[in-house]
Amino acid sequence: MSRVVSLYRSSVGKKSLMAVSGIILIGFVFGHMAGNLKAFEAVGESGVHPLDSYAQFLREVGYPLIPEYGLLWGVRLALLAAVGVHIVAAYQLWRQSRAARTRRYHKPDSQVFSYASRTMRWGGVIIVLFVIYHLLHFTTGDVHPDFEYGSVYQNLVIGFQSVPVALFYIVAVGALSLHLYHGIWSVFATLGVQNPRVERLRRPLAAGLSLVLFLGYVSVPIAVMIGVLD
Amino acid sequence: MNLTLHVWRQTGPRDKGGFETYRADDVSESMSFLDMLDLVNEELTLAGKEPIAFEHDCREGICGSCGMMINGVAHGPQKLITACQLHMRSFRDGDEIWIEPFRATAFPVMRDLVVDRNSFDRVIQAGGYISVRTGSAQDANATPIPKPDADRAFDAAACIGCGACVAACPNASAMLFTAAKAAHLSYVPQGQTERLDRALSMAQRHDEEGFGNCTNHGACQEACPKGISVDYIARLNRDVLKGTLSKAGSTSGD
Ligand code: HEM
Ligand code: SF4
Ligand code: FES
Repeated sequence: MSRVVSLYRSSVGKKSLMAVSGIILIGFVFGHMAGNLKAFEAVGESGVHPLDSYAQFLREVGYPLIPEYGLLWGVRLALLAAVGVHIVAAYQLWRQSRAARTRRYHKPDSQVFSYASRTMRWGGVIIVLFVIYHLLHFTTGDVHPDFEYGSVYQNLVIGFQSVPVALFYIVAVGALSLHLYHGIWSVFATLGVQNPRVERLRRPLAAGLSLVLFLGYVSVPIAVMIGVLD
Repeated sequence: MNLTLHVWRQTGPRDKGGFETYRADDVSESMSFLDMLDLVNEELTLAGKEPIAFEHDCREGICGSCGMMINGVAHGPQKLITACQLHMRSFRDGDEIWIEPFRATAFPVMRDLVVDRNSFDRVIQAGGYISVRTGSAQDANATPIPKPDADRAFDAAACIGCGACVAACPNASAMLFTAAKAAHLSYVPQGQTERLDRALSMAQRHDEEGFGNCTNHGACQEACPKGISVDYIARLNRDVLKGTLSKAGSTSGD
């Protein structure tokens, strides 16, 4: 524990906790994306949509070794902790950097940093707002027009039949992909990876993974909008 | 060529400061940027006005004193050179040029374009040295150093402490400077003994001086007149993390 505390004291340490929590969240977003693709699977003999049975599986996996919902809540708490560390560190480092330059340049720089790297903080805020909306939409159903607990596939199709909602999802996933385009690249520097072979792979890896993520996530709302899923 | 200059003027650290506009006429394209400022200053002096204060010493890109923002870019529009090495042929007749001091809380403006960069010295004092005895001149070659390591150490040692990396960084972070000053020691055997302590104390001092946190934009590397690579920052991060994790719990400062 004292190691974590002394890590947290330095800005390099805070940043490394952001990187580690970021990696945990990346693991989640890819798992989640793969799960979503079950929406494209055909309904089998049981008549239950594969997406619904997958959701059911997540609720009861490990039972009776662990109670029902056990793993689900375990993962949820871990993700919540990761999000908390990530946001608190982002906020504190942002404060430090803001205080480090109180007067801006008259002529703003025309230099080369990428759009992705400049939008990490605002992009992050958009992602938080989206995640809150997303939970109210598909998890609790509070902002869903016709929510039925457990009918995941049906909720999803009805949800995305609203074009503004589907477009909002696409924009938010775009923001997430942009965040990861810089984030995945950045993580290697933050954690001090120094292998020259890895160095060459950083850009392609960041670009490739964020593109896969983007396409994987947008495929579902787009498929509903054009009527492939109904 | 004739130019219009908007120059930041500030009488002292407490003065609010502001831009003044000057004309620079009959500037030759073979003048350096500092020659051009000298020309303007001569006219200001003749007119009984206070000349523009700016720092300079070597005027050949090795001392690191002449940093300023020229149209929003540290050391001006050409890559890999300092402001003193910038020639007026990089500008065109009729250009407007905005000239500002480097801006960072850790670099308070003393006067006009002159900033106080003692924070850099304090980062070096925190650990940018070695305490082992390395012998006399004839012992220099007694410790063989692999060529790639020697090259990396030399590349890092090229840092002239000009502060352009801080000026260009959107977070006003000095990680490129700090990393270079740690790396030119951490690549050679003489620097190994204190390596992790050095990384820890220099990084800590960096934060205490009020520099911002690196978000890996790479603006520093673009602005650096000596082409110092951001890879050194990854190396410093690694040493800081290693040092923190191996030392946590034990008393610091030893
Ligand atoms: C919840 C809201 C979020 C906020 C406010 C936020 C904010 C930030 C900020 C400010 C940075 C540092 C930017 C930089 O170093 O240039 C960052 C880095 C990062 N973020 Fe996020 N982020 C959020 C969500 C996420 C999510 C959901 C993921 C993963 C799916 C993620 C993954 C990463 C990664 C991998 C990094 C790189 C860490 C590093 O630079 O070493 N972030 N985030
Ligand atoms: S790293 Fe480059 S820009 Fe920064 S102080 Fe050294 S020479 Fe100047
Ligand atoms: S005056 Fe010495 S580097 Fe420019």
